Amino acid sequence: MTFEFDRDGVSRRVLLRAGAGLAGSALVPGMIMPVFAEDKPAMGTWPAGSQGSTVTIGAAVPRTGAYAAQGEDELKGMELAIEHINSGHELIKKIAPKVNNGVLGKKVALVVADSGAKPNNAVQAQQRFINENKIVAMTGSTSSAVAVALNKFAEREKILYLVAISGSNDTTGKDCARYSFRQCFYGETAANAIGPVLLKNFGKDKKAAFMTPDYTYGHTVTKSMSEFLEKNGGWKMVTNQVSPLGTSDFSQYLTNIANSGADFIVNVNWGRDAVLSVQQAKQFGLTPKMKMVIPYQIPFLAKEVGAELTEGVFAATDFWWTLEDKYPLAKLFVQAFSKKYGYMPEWGAENAYMQFAIWARMVTEAGSFYPPDVIKQYEKGETFPSMVGDVHFRPQDHQLVRPVVIVRGKAPKDMKNKEDYWEVLEVVDGAPLMQKPDAFGCKLGPYT
Amino acid sequence: MVNWGNLISQMFNGLVLGMLLALISSGLTIIYGTLGVLNLAHGAMFMLGGYAGWLAFTYTHSFIAAVVVGSLFVMIVGIVMERVIIRSFYDRPHEDQILVTFGIGIVFVEAVRFAFGSLSKIVPPPEMLNGIVNLGFMFYPKYRLALLVIVAVALLVLYIVLYRTKLGMIVRAGIEDAGMVDALGINVHKVFMLVFGIGAMAAGFAGIVNAPVVAVSPDAGESILVQTFVVVVIGGVGSFPGAILGGLIAGEIISITSMFNPGYAYVMLFAAMTLVLVLRPYGLLGTAGRD
Repeated sequence: MTFEFDRDGVSRRVLLRAGAGLAGSALVPGMIMPVFAEDKPAMGTWPAGSQGSTVTIGAAVPRTGAYAAQGEDELKGMELAIEHINSGHELIKKIAPKVNNGVLGKKVALVVADSGAKPNNAVQAQQRFINENKIVAMTGSTSSAVAVALNKFAEREKILYLVAISGSNDTTGKDCARYSFRQCFYGETAANAIGPVLLKNFGKDKKAAFMTPDYTYGHTVTKSMSEFLEKNGGWKMVTNQVSPLGTSDFSQYLTNIANSGADFIVNVNWGRDAVLSVQQAKQFGLTPKMKMVIPYQIPFLAKEVGAELTEGVFAATDFWWTLEDKYPLAKLFVQAFSKKYGYMPEWGAENAYMQFAIWARMVTEAGSFYPPDVIKQYEKGETFPSMVGDVHFRPQDHQLVRPVVIVRGKAPKDMKNKEDYWEVLEVVDGAPLMQKPDAFGCKLGPYT
Repeated sequence: MVNWGNLISQMFNGLVLGMLLALISSGLTIIYGTLGVLNLAHGAMFMLGGYAGWLAFTYTHSFIAAVVVGSLFVMIVGIVMERVIIRSFYDRPHEDQILVTFGIGIVFVEAVRFAFGSLSKIVPPPEMLNGIVNLGFMFYPKYRLALLVIVAVALLVLYIVLYRTKLGMIVRAGIEDAGMVDALGINVHKVFMLVFGIGAMAAGFAGIVNAPVVAVSPDAGESILVQTFVVVVIGGVGSFPGAILGGLIAGEIISITSMFNPGYAYVMLFAAMTLVLVLRPYGLLGTAGRD
């Protein structure tokens, strides 16, 4: 039950025409095919996708289902980034200095489809965008199941994939891909960042109940968290309640937790599942008696459940808007976003914006849309500024080395305005949080 | 977590879930039993009840108003749907009926999504039902306890309507043999319309009273529809007592399996359905030969 639609029909027609012309020319006998340098044979949508006046990026984000709210959030970040790229906004120029009212003389357009957070739908939508729009890059995912599927698809189709929200270790671990890049934090870095904070605040030898959504994201985050807490603090996982994505009634799971003797609930659920499980944990009287920990923060969680329920909750996140006091780029972003959309951005939008900004940087620095050129530009691992300070890509697994932000939910009375939900406790340096590049079995595929 | 305390707690959970499933399923089963139409929009009607109630709540801040509006709105939707569309499908094959009701369900869901977005909406329980009760073996949300009573009363009302009124007698006679009832000079069409309205209202009522438990969202009806079908198949298609028994069995299977491993809850539920289909193809309380 999904609606799909394209944005920017005009540029699509232009692209189609360009594509048809190209295909037609190949059919005329005796006519010489456009000559490309010997070492750059046509591949994926190259060069057809970048021959018009516009290049298109295909986004498959969830606009329905349990992750819909976060999908819309990502979309806003993408739209803002494209607006900035095409207008040469100050913020985008700080990250990608060579952007000049577009990239390499071309405007950037976005086409959007609803993935419903389902891998199948996402892949189908991107296939359609490749056929119809000759997209030069694809993005989207709020579920790592989608991210992993698109990783494989990107590798096969030779189209760059800018991972959107994906917290699974596998995305740049065993399912990593040459054509895929991740900006955001993930299970392992989240655990290594929030773990020490938990041990410092609550001490050793505690009992924790885990709530885990049943797919790659949930299982890897739970594994990273439980291993850290056990190894470093002697915490014991007394129960792990695994629920399918899209669960609405958590009473059975919470009853098991109520009877488990846990001191802590480590809630890995995400999207609406997180909203409902947090609310119901309160209804069943589990919180605040048991302390809630959220290793992978959910955009809009506090807004949806209310500050009374997130008060005192520890969470790891990619970005929180009050970081604007510390980082000038964050300030620019928060200003631009809140002006356009009327509320403070959350990390889904920040991640999407950064991914587009980074892509614009890599393409303009490489001076080419030829995918291997762009990939090699990423793999140089150059340092560039972000909204949380300087960052760089790790060439071995295409993971951005970036800090993880630890926040704690404010009590309603301590909130300075109605969106002041979280207090930033620490911005933990990224490099020491990461596993060795091959520790999760990442083997990047070929360039061509 | 396998211990007596947890078992009792989970059985209690199962009772609450089971009663709710029983209520929704009874709506589905009386429609099917009387009209022979499998209403695949039933899940969407459950969702509509939640939204209509939520809308009423936003304007009035009264939970009672929300419940009344939620139920009545869906009843009216049901009646209009029967008058305008379903009526012309009574004589058509089952496949057509399934397709048209499935399509109507999609229209409802997407219309709601279009109007209110995908973010879930919250209807808080009435003030006096907020909070937790200590049951001895566990703490339980007061509202979920109240839900048990609310749904039990609703089922009782349905029972009285079906078994203690003239309308109910006609409906039950219609389930047995609609042609005969027609031949006796009773306006079967009017009764059909009422039955569809009552069946829809059961779904709408369940949708709004369940809203404070899980919040309402456009796709809330999808999983409920599947569970409801299982309940109806287990209990016996067209049987009102069967829907109640099936609901309670389904609720308990889901909850008790969850104590061991929630991942197997639905496996066990479908296994139970398969077992019923093999041993008693017409359901536990169904009658053989009814189509």
